[in-house]
Amino acid sequence: MASIEAREKRQPWILLSPALLTIVTLLLVPLLFIVVYSFWLRTASGADQIGFHLDNWQEALSDPFYRDILLSTLRIAGITTLLCAVLGYPTAYFVARSRTRHKTLLLLLLVLPFWVSYIIRTLSWINILGVSGALNAVLLGLGIVQEPLQMLYNEASVILGLVHFLLPFIVLNVYVSLIGIDRHLESAARSLGCNQRQAFLEITLPLSMPGLAAGSLLCFVLAAGTYITPLVLGGPRDAMFANLVFDAIITQLDWPLGSALSLMLLAVLAVVVAVYNRFIGMGQLARGLS
Amino acid sequence: MTDSAVELSNIVKRFDSFTAVQRFSMSLESGSFVTLLGPSGCGKTTTLRMVAGLLDPSEGDIRIRGRRVNEVPIHQRNLGLVFQNYALFPHRNVFDNVAFGLKYRKVSKADIRQRVNNALELVQLPDLGRRMPSELSGGQQQRVALARAIVIEPDVLLLDEPLSALDANLREDMRIELKRIQTQLGITTLFVTHDQSEALAMSDKIVVMRDGVVEQIGAPREVYDKPVSEFVAGFLGAANIVDARVHELDGDNVLLQVDDLGMIPVPRARCPACAPGTAVRLVLRSEHLIVQRADEEHSHDGLYLSARIATVDYQGQAIRYFLHCGKHTLQALNMLDGPAFNEGDSVSLKVRHRDAVVLETPR
Ligand SMILES: Nc1ncnc2c1ncn2[C@@H]1O[C@H](COP(=O)(O)OP(=O)(O)OP(=O)(O)O)[C@@H](O)[C@H]1O
Ligand SMILES: [Mg+2]
Repeated sequence: MASIEAREKRQPWILLSPALLTIVTLLLVPLLFIVVYSFWLRTASGADQIGFHLDNWQEALSDPFYRDILLSTLRIAGITTLLCAVLGYPTAYFVARSRTRHKTLLLLLLVLPFWVSYIIRTLSWINILGVSGALNAVLLGLGIVQEPLQMLYNEASVILGLVHFLLPFIVLNVYVSLIGIDRHLESAARSLGCNQRQAFLEITLPLSMPGLAAGSLLCFVLAAGTYITPLVLGGPRDAMFANLVFDAIITQLDWPLGSALSLMLLAVLAVVVAVYNRFIGMGQLARGLS
Repeated sequence: MTDSAVELSNIVKRFDSFTAVQRFSMSLESGSFVTLLGPSGCGKTTTLRMVAGLLDPSEGDIRIRGRRVNEVPIHQRNLGLVFQNYALFPHRNVFDNVAFGLKYRKVSKADIRQRVNNALELVQLPDLGRRMPSELSGGQQQRVALARAIVIEPDVLLLDEPLSALDANLREDMRIELKRIQTQLGITTLFVTHDQSEALAMSDKIVVMRDGVVEQIGAPREVYDKPVSEFVAGFLGAANIVDARVHELDGDNVLLQVDDLGMIPVPRARCPACAPGTAVRLVLRSEHLIVQRADEEHSHDGLYLSARIATVDYQGQAIRYFLHCGKHTLQALNMLDGPAFNEGDSVSLKVRHRDAVVLETPR
């Protein structure tokens, strides 16, 4: 019979095993395939040439076309994250501090968007901003404009769609960190001479930073990896990096190049995550998600 | 100790339809230590928070040093506030926690350093300035919280159950420590607790509260020896309360017939309104009832009841007996010297005449 200690050591692994099995078979193994693929070569005939070729990597790393789109992807993700943070923080603060009995309702409203498919939520902007969309109908009807405005298919509409998609992630993360802050701390600061604004800046804001950072990280990573939003709401020149991967694999059936490109994006995002981990730590992310 | 540092007059606090504090009036003399004492939910914290400016009273006035402060926001009231959970700023080290209030007062850098160090010395933590709050023990955190509150030289120090998160031994040390600091600084203090021994040991004045209403205000001895109600008597130490009737007035004494137990004379001053036949209630504190051997000699200063020990609750230096005495079950808390009695023993229970407290208006 195993000792109690040995059993306790084994137990977490037993409990984790379904998750580990899933991750290994559905994530790590396919990822390994992708790594292997990225060294194959697509020949003119369309058949893949098995082997160890650096051609895809050479192309992905040296072609300025890819580099520019990578940079603009990071820029769009950055702007989106910034907007989400600026819009999301006050929202989270309001919900966390609201004393109404409808707090549960407010929280429900926050998660409500998750009940509707992300694609449908993205498509909904076409009905709002499109040439025959709601906004143009109002503007035309009021006689403010004579011709419908072209508001879709540019970088702004892509960012709008991303903010719409990602805002709840930031709000929920900040909310969790705000409700974890002892309300007495602000009272204590106020009793020591701070006004409300100073108490917020000295106490609440710094203490909620980890939540904001965790939310921002999720937001940035999800934004940088998206291809549906630019596909639906962006113009031909608003492709993001994931669209290149999509094009390479689905349109051109060039798996090796697509693999190299997707690994490139993965590496860049891994660096972002590593920087976050270095300064804030992964524990916060777990707290924010729970 | 003449002028009042804080004065509450006819304070009412309502939360929606629920009245948490009802027509509450009291004053804190400058430099005094006043305790709000009462069971959980009686409105102590609510009262304290109104003085602090964290809650608005629904009615009534609050004055600090003669100035009406109802509309003055908390950060302009110059108060020191200590919470039950200490509420130290977790992202600041001990020095910065204590210095926090000074940054918002026009104090030079050098003076801040000086005053923070003095405060930390006063609470006997001179070398811990660089530590983070999470690296301190509960007692140390408590001291830092106190230092942070007193370093700004507040007009009033407000303490909401500051000792209740500490374990028993530490709590007694901190109680003495807190009282020493308060006396040394001569700082007006409003202290909230539901622990009667804390209140009795530390206070100049105790305000006993019940359901948002003041039951009694007085010095510790006064509240303990002359409770005005069964509630106060029961809250400060375990009391036995029995029915009695005035039998006759006998010079300076009133002779009371205690239920089915016997006669006991009490001084007239204890029940000035007594007339023959008046129904009163008698408070017999458990620490005043003396359990003796049944065959021990009787003296003239007490009433002796024959009783039988029902339960023995051994507490180390003291022992608590539950005794059957006629139709009553009485508690007696005695210091232990010599052998204790056992369950079932027949004993004699002595009630000294001078220990009987009369409640004239039974509730
Ligand atoms: N914000 C509020 N809204 C509604 N009711 C409240 C609020 N704050 C306090 N109360 C009620 O007022 C009453 C007094 O509360 P208070 O916190 O002052 O009690 P307390 O004497 O400090 O008790 P404890 O010893 O448990 O701390 C309680 O019945 C409580 O439920
Ligand atoms: Mg309380």
